[in-house]
Amino acid sequence: MTEAIKLIIDGNSVTVPPGTTILSAAAELGTEIPTICYHDHCSSYGICRLCVVEVEDARVLQPACVAEVRDGMNVHTRSPRVERSRRTILEMLDSAVNLNEAPEIQAQLRDYDANPKRFENGAKRESIIIDDNPMFVRDYSQCVLCWRCVQVCAEDAQYTYAINFSGRGFETSIDTFFNQSLPESTCVFCGQCVDVCPTGALKPKREWLLEQGQTPDEIMQLTRMERRGRRRSG
Amino acid sequence: MSSDLPAPPEFDLDPLVAILNPYAPQGRSALLPALHAAQRRYGYLPEPVAAEVGRRLGVPLADVYGVIDFYALLYKERVGEQIVRVCVDPPCAQAGGQQVLDSISEHLEVEPGDITSDGKWTLERAPCLGRCEHAPVVLINDLPLTHAKADRPQALLSGDWEQASSQVGGDIRLLTGNCGKGAPATIGEYEAAGGYAALRKAVGEMAPTDVIEEIKASGLVGRGGAAFPTGVKWEGAAGAPGDPKYVICNADESEPGTFKDRVLLEDDPHSSLEGTILAGYAVGAEVGYLYIRGEYRKAENIVRNAIDEARRQGYLGANILGSEFGFDIEIRSGAGAYICGEETALFESIEGKRGFPRIKPPFPTTHGLFGKPTVVNNVETLANVPLIIRGGSQAFRERGTEESPGTKLFCLSGDVARPGLYEVEFGVPLRHLLEDLGGGVVGGELQGILFGGAAGAFATAQHLDVKMTFEDLKEAGLPLGSGVVMVFNEARDMRQVLRGLAHFFADESCGKCYPCQLGTQRQYEILTELAKGNYQPGDVERLTDVGWTMTDASLCGLGQTAATAVLSAIDTWPELFSGNGAQ
Repeated sequence: MTEAIKLIIDGNSVTVPPGTTILSAAAELGTEIPTICYHDHCSSYGICRLCVVEVEDARVLQPACVAEVRDGMNVHTRSPRVERSRRTILEMLDSAVNLNEAPEIQAQLRDYDANPKRFENGAKRESIIIDDNPMFVRDYSQCVLCWRCVQVCAEDAQYTYAINFSGRGFETSIDTFFNQSLPESTCVFCGQCVDVCPTGALKPKREWLLEQGQTPDEIMQLTRMERRGRRRSG
Repeated sequence: MSSDLPAPPEFDLDPLVAILNPYAPQGRSALLPALHAAQRRYGYLPEPVAAEVGRRLGVPLADVYGVIDFYALLYKERVGEQIVRVCVDPPCAQAGGQQVLDSISEHLEVEPGDITSDGKWTLERAPCLGRCEHAPVVLINDLPLTHAKADRPQALLSGDWEQASSQVGGDIRLLTGNCGKGAPATIGEYEAAGGYAALRKAVGEMAPTDVIEEIKASGLVGRGGAAFPTGVKWEGAAGAPGDPKYVICNADESEPGTFKDRVLLEDDPHSSLEGTILAGYAVGAEVGYLYIRGEYRKAENIVRNAIDEARRQGYLGANILGSEFGFDIEIRSGAGAYICGEETALFESIEGKRGFPRIKPPFPTTHGLFGKPTVVNNVETLANVPLIIRGGSQAFRERGTEESPGTKLFCLSGDVARPGLYEVEFGVPLRHLLEDLGGGVVGGELQGILFGGAAGAFATAQHLDVKMTFEDLKEAGLPLGSGVVMVFNEARDMRQVLRGLAHFFADESCGKCYPCQLGTQRQYEILTELAKGNYQPGDVERLTDVGWTMTDASLCGLGQTAATAVLSAIDTWPELFSGNGAQ
């Protein structure tokens, strides 16, 4: 094994193996760096940038989830630059996406004193609730574009490739081929996308129906009908 | 509108079999060329056609759709038989681009983004089309029309209109010696002016490491905007483990106000080709790509012809000039995405994916195209290479300054008497370019100059004596960027200019990282209101926070520079953002 890497995070020294991310090194010290897109069992692409930290001598902030430690690195996880970026990212996200069912992001909004009115006139990403299968519903007005569902549907887990993106920039959305319904797509209803969704964008149908005020018996009846209907039409 | 259209024709998929035959064995890396080819046949990419492309190339259908919907020049819905694109970015906006768009819209009775009821025309608002010296510019299919006017939409649409050739000047004509003559230099003309002597010298007398050392000694740095030392980049790729290696000529020039690479490719295509071949020789690559933006079809055709000429003369192919060195260049056509000029997004695009930039490190010199060591250089950078190898690095260093050797191309546009492409030695003052070469500001006194590009900063009259070198410009807070010098006279409403720049970045953000995906949108919204005269308390703080968050926390260079001009304008003209400077 190559030599251990010694670095300083918020004034505290820590020694970790080469290849460790700043996020993991900080965790060794008990320092929690906030993340949205990061997931222990998904590839990290450094998308949400909430985990950015200030590394001395680096031109721009570094994404802690993918940036690897270097010997002698001096990291600041809550400097004014870091705070400004995290707060602004959270304020902009809050103004674009319905985060009511994202308790972790709600806590981050509080932690960073995000002002919910700062961008209140900005465009929102609206969407209808897509109820096209008996297993789960999709409400992309709650989607934060963390990419996890696309990743687990592809090389991170299932190799099903039912979903990808449409649009670009602010208009980006998760989508199937030409918006086909999930039963028409290659989706195998493994449910892993629902598991990794950090907001209410992907929700088990049963949970959704219970929220709509339906009783468990009514739900059982309904989903049984849906399954029969599909078999007949298929 | 679309409900009035006649029913779409039945899609006969039979022709698609032959169209896709050359692409199918290449798999996903041929996705963009295959989609371009299919779209040429069917006009757009309806579901059955897209599905067949995916099946034949072995690409998941959701991914095919993701790619189609990412690129502005790939269409999932029916478009008109002809597509007319009108640039309304600065400086076309200052020259009346919006009025041209409005007049065509009225004439065709169609809104931008829509198709006429007879299915003949689609009208689009286009991002910068790279002919800023002849603003405003209209593109009818692949045909660029210059100095468009709003009063004769019919004549514009008929294509019976001026198609100005490049306007080239300057104190010295090393890079541009064959440019501005109204026609592309043939291989014979290029050779007569000393062309391909550098390649002959390199493969005959120099080891690849000698070529790298010569480029390093020359002090050449990248001309695409990042100013990275070219020789160091080559050395990195040459020494990196991994095979094969790749060389890419980045001709995805798309930043508003930038047209230098287009002029070089259209007027003297062999110079950047020779530079690319030399780069291949130096790093040990056998395959090169020339990635050119989809809107530059005219330049693409000229380069394609030049590649054929070079192949016939033995400058490309196996055993170049009788040596052991073999190398060839494939043209890849972009499809309407500024972000693909970012080198890692460019790799993704060649690999058949959405143009999402990758996290760096790892860097392209070790993990580039297809994960292999790759050199990406800008057109102008590569055009310098034959000059350096032919004449030696010492001669190259006789021009310019110690830290900024050589000559530089500047794209002069906007409110100036003689807009055009100017070649000067590094170190001449901005005033010399603006006044002596460009003929000075027209329409009033100078208000400001957008320097470096849409991702640049504003200069004012007090900057005119700044010497244009990397070191002097850095001290003055002006990025050299892609060599843009966009001039605005005192009558221009800079809030409209900023709104236009912000629109460009919001439109071109790939949407991968949050700061840019959300920030370019919010920046555009705030500046849109300001341009209408609607001031809100806290506008400057919002713009500053959004701007610095994009600068500090975005994943790639697009996001990191999407607010540079706005932040610079806040410093330069604070009154524009408070209501006190209302015009």
